[in-house]
Amino acid sequence: MEKKPIKVKAKFKNDVVTVKALMGHPMETGNRKDKKTGKKIPARFIQEVVCKSGGKTLMTANWSGGVSKDPYLMFKYKGGKKGDMLELSWVDNTGKSAKTEVKVA
Amino acid sequence: MNFDMKRRILLKGALASGTLGIALGAGLLTPKAAMAAWPKAAFETKDIDGSISTLMGVSGSEESDKIKIKAPDIAENGAVVPVTVSTDMAGVETIAILAEKNPLPLIASFDLGEGVLGTAGTRMKMGTSGDVIAVVKAGGKVYTARKNVKVTIGGCGG
Repeated sequence: MEKKPIKVKAKFKNDVVTVKALMGHPMETGNRKDKKTGKKIPARFIQEVVCKSGGKTLMTANWSGGVSKDPYLMFKYKGGKKGDMLELSWVDNTGKSAKTEVKVA
Repeated sequence: MNFDMKRRILLKGALASGTLGIALGAGLLTPKAAMAAWPKAAFETKDIDGSISTLMGVSGSEESDKIKIKAPDIAENGAVVPVTVSTDMAGVETIAILAEKNPLPLIASFDLGEGVLGTAGTRMKMGTSGDVIAVVKAGGKVYTARKNVKVTIGGCGG
């Protein structure tokens, strides 16, 4: 599990739930060099983000190292309601993962 | 002197193979479950059209004015460029974001489930000024749109 948590906000308004998430992750592309040693910093980035609610997968995001550090994600869906539980998890290319749950407000 | 030179070459070699070993190790250690779903071929190509067709499983795409790309005209910091792609097309299955000039153009793809609206937002890195390409797969067809973003400071490499 990562030290930096995933922050998720899910808001219900006009029949639509808007999900905004911030994940703590270095998102190294593998192309960057350490300025002191000149060695390449190994790639480490989130490859897959899955968001589920009520047993259904709402969204699966596949990412490359091209997504910014401490990634942000936003999407909207219909059919949700206040009080629903929303689960968001990610897996990076080194196999590390994190997961969080949040209530739709 | 001669001996010292050789030692240096040896050291260099060891360092180079060391990094290679790490890179290989990282690839091998990745759990199968994640790899199966992650479209490696689409992410690890420089060819934009090829990447799109591999990702979407459909060859050929059409430009569409129904796709809106919300991104700054000028990005001061290429390391963090906010992008939101939205469309009101029906039956959107996948939204993908590419940066034309990046070494590996495909940034992200979003597979949308039932009830999810055609909107996806994230923040991306851009190495240099160029087009942001939004790709939407809806009803089995692939549509694209472009928006030029000028980058003042590049966000790839250091």
